[in-house]
Amino acid sequence: MSDVMSRPIPAPAVTLESKPFWDAAAQGRFLVKRCTACSKAHWYPRTICPFCASDATVWEESAGEGEVYTFSIMRRSPTGPYAIGYVTLDEGPRMLTNFVDVEPEALRIGLRVKVRFQPTEGDGPPAPVFAPIAEQ
Amino acid sequence: MSIKGKAYVMGAFEHPTRDAPDKTTAQLHAECAKGALEDAGLSFADVDAYFCAGDAPGFGGLSMIDYMGLRNVRHMDSTETGGSSYLVHVGHAAQAIAAGKCQVALITLAGRPRNGGNRPGASLRPGGGGSGLSDGPPEAGFEHIYGGSTHNTYGMAAMRHMHEFGTTSEQLAWIKVAASHHAQWNDHAYLKDVVTVEDVVNSRMISDPLHLLDCCVVTDGGGAVIVTSPEVARGLDRPRVRLLGAGEAPKGVLGGDIDLTYSGAVWSGPRAFDEAGVTPADIKYASIYDSFTITVLMQLEDLGFCRKGEGGKFVADGNLISGIGKLPFNTDGGGLCNNHPTNRGGMTKIIEAVRQLRGEAHPKVQVPNCDLAVAHGTGGSLGIRHGAATLILEREA
Repeated sequence: MSDVMSRPIPAPAVTLESKPFWDAAAQGRFLVKRCTACSKAHWYPRTICPFCASDATVWEESAGEGEVYTFSIMRRSPTGPYAIGYVTLDEGPRMLTNFVDVEPEALRIGLRVKVRFQPTEGDGPPAPVFAPIAEQ
Repeated sequence: MSIKGKAYVMGAFEHPTRDAPDKTTAQLHAECAKGALEDAGLSFADVDAYFCAGDAPGFGGLSMIDYMGLRNVRHMDSTETGGSSYLVHVGHAAQAIAAGKCQVALITLAGRPRNGGNRPGASLRPGGGGSGLSDGPPEAGFEHIYGGSTHNTYGMAAMRHMHEFGTTSEQLAWIKVAASHHAQWNDHAYLKDVVTVEDVVNSRMISDPLHLLDCCVVTDGGGAVIVTSPEVARGLDRPRVRLLGAGEAPKGVLGGDIDLTYSGAVWSGPRAFDEAGVTPADIKYASIYDSFTITVLMQLEDLGFCRKGEGGKFVADGNLISGIGKLPFNTDGGGLCNNHPTNRGGMTKIIEAVRQLRGEAHPKVQVPNCDLAVAHGTGGSLGIRHGAATLILEREA
C-alpha cells in the first residue's frame, strides 16, 4: 500500500439504512444489497429495490472486485492528484469511488481492481476505495 | 393538454455584471426582474406568478416575492434542478398559464460565487458524518466522500465518451473555439479573446481529460425572463417568442446501472420536439448548456443533431460558429466565454435564444431569418445525477 493518488477521506454520513454497510466496513467486510425478488444487486444500498420496488432486499458479502468503468484525475488539489471514478462490480452495479495505489499513467478503463478500506477523518467508519488487483 | 402556443417569452434580461462585490444576491435578483419587466414593457404590479430555484435567498420564493414587493402573485414554483431549473420553469409557467392560473410569470436567477455568495442546490461535498446518524440525502455517505466536483464528475463522462467513441480533446476544443468566436463581439463577455484548438489542448489539465479551457467561466450576475399568456403578449410592443414545446427529465445513477455515454436530453429532447411538432433539422439556432465542452457534445448527440458517438465530428471545424457552421450555438459566447452566473447556465441559454428569435443578437452573430430555436440545459452533474430540460421556441410571424 502506498500514498500514490491517495487523499484524506471525510467521515461518511451514516443513515439508519446504511448503518449495516458501515458496521461491516469497520470489520473489513464489503457488503452489497441484493433483491431476492428480482435477484439484481444494486448500488448505493437501500431498503427498497430500485429495479422492482420489492422490500425483500438483503445484504450480501462481496469480494469487492470489478473493473474501472471510467475515471477522472483531479489535478487541482492541495493534497495532490487523486482519481474519482466508477467501478463496475462483478455483481453488476457501478459505484462511485476513489482509485488508489496506482500511478496516474497506469490507471485505465477496464483495469481490474479490488476494494480496500481507507480510514476516514474523525471517528467515522472506513471508506471503500479500489486498487489494481495485480499490485495488491 | 399541450402547452404548444399557450405561452410567450416576452421579456429577457441578462445582468451586465460579472463581478459584484457591492451587491446582495437579493438585489441582483430584483435588478434582473426589473430589467426583464422593462424589456417586456411590464411592471412589478403585472406579475402574478413567480419562479425561482435554490439560488434565491431565503424561503423558496417567499423571501424574494416580499423583497420585490410583488403583491399580485397567485402562482409560485421553486422547482430545483440546478442550472437547468430556469428552463424547467418556462415549461411550468406555460402549464400554469394554459391552466388559467396566471398570465405574467417572472423567473429570476442571480448569485455571487466570485464574492463568497452561497453555493445553491445539492452539494457534492460531505455533510453529516460524525457519530450521529444522518437523515440527509440517501446517497451522501456513498458519494460525497470521494472528492467529487463539477470538474471531475464531468471529466468521468468525457473519459468514457472518449473510450467508447474515440472522441478527442481536439474535437472538444472546437466547442470552446466556437464560443470564443462569438464572445469576441459581446462587450460584457468575461472572456473576449478568440482561442484556437491548440490554446485549449495546451491549457493546463484541471481534471483529466478536461483542460482549463474546456471549463466554463465563474461569474457573478444573473438574468430573468418573463413568460406571458397570448392575450398579454398581443398587447405588448415586443417581438413575440412563442413556446412550442417543453420537455424535462431527471437522470441518476439508476441503482448502479448508470451509463455515462448519454444525458437526460435523450428523454427531455424528444418530449419537447414532439410537442412542438418539429425536428432538430428544423432548428436555426441552438442554446446548449456549456458548463464544459463535453456537456455540449453529449447534449447535441442526445437531442438528435447527430448520431450517438458522432458528436466529435459534428462539432469540429467550426460547425457551431455562426456564419460558418451548420448549427450556430451560444452566440453570446455561452458559459464557456461570456457568463455562467452563480454556476448556473440555464437562464442565459433562454436569453440568447430570445435575442436570436427577436433578431436582437449582435449583428456579427445574428442568424439570418432565425425563426426556430432550441434552448437546452443540464443541471447537477453529467457524471452522477442531473435534471435535463429542453425548450423549443419560435418567432411568431
